[in-house]
Amino acid sequence: MNLEWVITIISNNWPMFIRGAGMTLLISIVGTILGAIIGLLAGVIRTIPLPERKGKRIILKVVNILLSMYIEFFRGTPMIVQAMVIYYGSALAFGVNMDLLTAAIFIVSINTGAYMAEIVRGGVISIEKGQFEAAQAIGMNHIQTMWNVILPQVIRNILPATGNQFIINIKDTSVLNVIGVTELYFQTKSVAGNNFRYFESFFVACVLYFIMTYAVTLILRYFERKLDGPENYSMIGQPAQITLPKNNNNRQ
Amino acid sequence: MESVIEIQHLSKSFGNHEVLTDIDFSVQKGEVVCVIGSSGSGKSTLLRCINLLEKPSGGKIIYRGENILDDRHDIHSYRKKLGMVFQQFNLFNNHNVLNNCVVGQVKVLKRSKEEAEKTALKYLKVVGMDQYVNAKPKQLSGGQKQRVAIARALSMEPDVMLFDEPTSALDPEMVGEVLKVMKELAGTGLTMLIVTHEMEFAKEVSDRVVFMDKGVIAEEGAPEQIFNNPKEERTKEFLKRTLK
Ligand SMILES: Nc1ncnc2c1ncn2[C@@H]1O[C@H](COP(=O)(O)OP(=O)(O)OP(=O)(O)O)[C@@H](O)[C@H]1O
Ligand SMILES: [Mg+2]
Repeated sequence: MNLEWVITIISNNWPMFIRGAGMTLLISIVGTILGAIIGLLAGVIRTIPLPERKGKRIILKVVNILLSMYIEFFRGTPMIVQAMVIYYGSALAFGVNMDLLTAAIFIVSINTGAYMAEIVRGGVISIEKGQFEAAQAIGMNHIQTMWNVILPQVIRNILPATGNQFIINIKDTSVLNVIGVTELYFQTKSVAGNNFRYFESFFVACVLYFIMTYAVTLILRYFERKLDGPENYSMIGQPAQITLPKNNNNRQ
Repeated sequence: MESVIEIQHLSKSFGNHEVLTDIDFSVQKGEVVCVIGSSGSGKSTLLRCINLLEKPSGGKIIYRGENILDDRHDIHSYRKKLGMVFQQFNLFNNHNVLNNCVVGQVKVLKRSKEEAEKTALKYLKVVGMDQYVNAKPKQLSGGQKQRVAIARALSMEPDVMLFDEPTSALDPEMVGEVLKVMKELAGTGLTMLIVTHEMEFAKEVSDRVVFMDKGVIAEEGAPEQIFNNPKEERTKEFLKRTLK
């Protein structure tokens, strides 16, 4: 490897790398958040117990079938192909050229949503039955139970999987270069196309990708620890105050 | 006497397995009723049917003159009048001790946060857990968890408290602290329906003991009568087996 070339490439092209990395981060952050919301909704709907009334029962069944079609389709096809189908398809079907950024975020969100739906469903199923029963026993309805008792626990439990998805998104937005999204891979390709230094250019991209994913890992770990709260609790108004024996050589 | 809950011809089947058969039974205001019986006789199912965690297959549950099994009855507003204490405690893992007792009051009873906290503290004091308001459930011992669970149910100020074997999941040295709390509660005139395997406790606190066997109420009566002079053969056998 030629270190001089790496330095030259960085100093000549750093705005392109930064813009590319910025685009990658933007798409993966927004895509992961929207995807997580889609996944939460879909996962929660898929865990609603079947109601007794016939009408509601049928509606829920239909919604569940649609949701599982959505999940299976997006999990079962490569994102690079979906990008082509959605981007060019939307132009064909509606005669509109989707704004590239919108298309990119749409594709990543909908993909993430499909994965997260299953992660959330698993998260809800893994909560012990007693948590639901205790909430119902004090008179909470289904929504109150989910919101106040179940989902906070589910979200805590799926945080590592969400972080994982986030990291996958940072890496996988690179496939969006096929529709011309100016993310990091696309930008690196342009840089390399100009200087013909493919190895050195992509080496820079590699380091940037790693910095982004590792930063996300660290930030999420911090959040997890924060959510878990302190290891210990403090007793309130404990009668036995511990008083240290009086000491002669008082160090103040 | 005024009955808080009256059960008529209640039955419950899981598939084709009939677990409760034609149960007639009521709890009077201020009464402490203990339900005893061998494992699998349907005690938990009876309790769970009363607060509709299981849907009864037939019969009526009369509460304040209304059959709450009627379709149009709002089960949530009925459930909030019944406090339930589970064998496995089931404290909300995502809330600390105080919030476990507050969340239901705020969300279901629509009390203000200040009022709810005041009420919660009052009942946490009753069970001797007011010093632990900041602790998370996983930081507590079994006995402490169960006392918080009792406070959580009491905080809703229910008409009747249901206990399903509240001490069965506890290590022996913690059974005492929970039973002590329950004895104190029994002394305050609280209406209680308790499923228990603690015979000494049942003898001591109950106004009435119900003996269940194979899904039916085989015998009921004052504790002295059930424990000292059981009429039914199966009651005698059960007591002989458990008291020895
Ligand atoms: N959800 C369920 N599905 C099928 N059968 C069940 C279910 N819950 C309970 N049963 C059956 O109902 C019968 C009564 O169970 P229940 O838990 O009410 O007994 P119990 O008197 O509380 O026993 P224990 O003293 O062991 O707690 C048992 O035969 C049990 O297998
Ligand atoms: Mg039981």
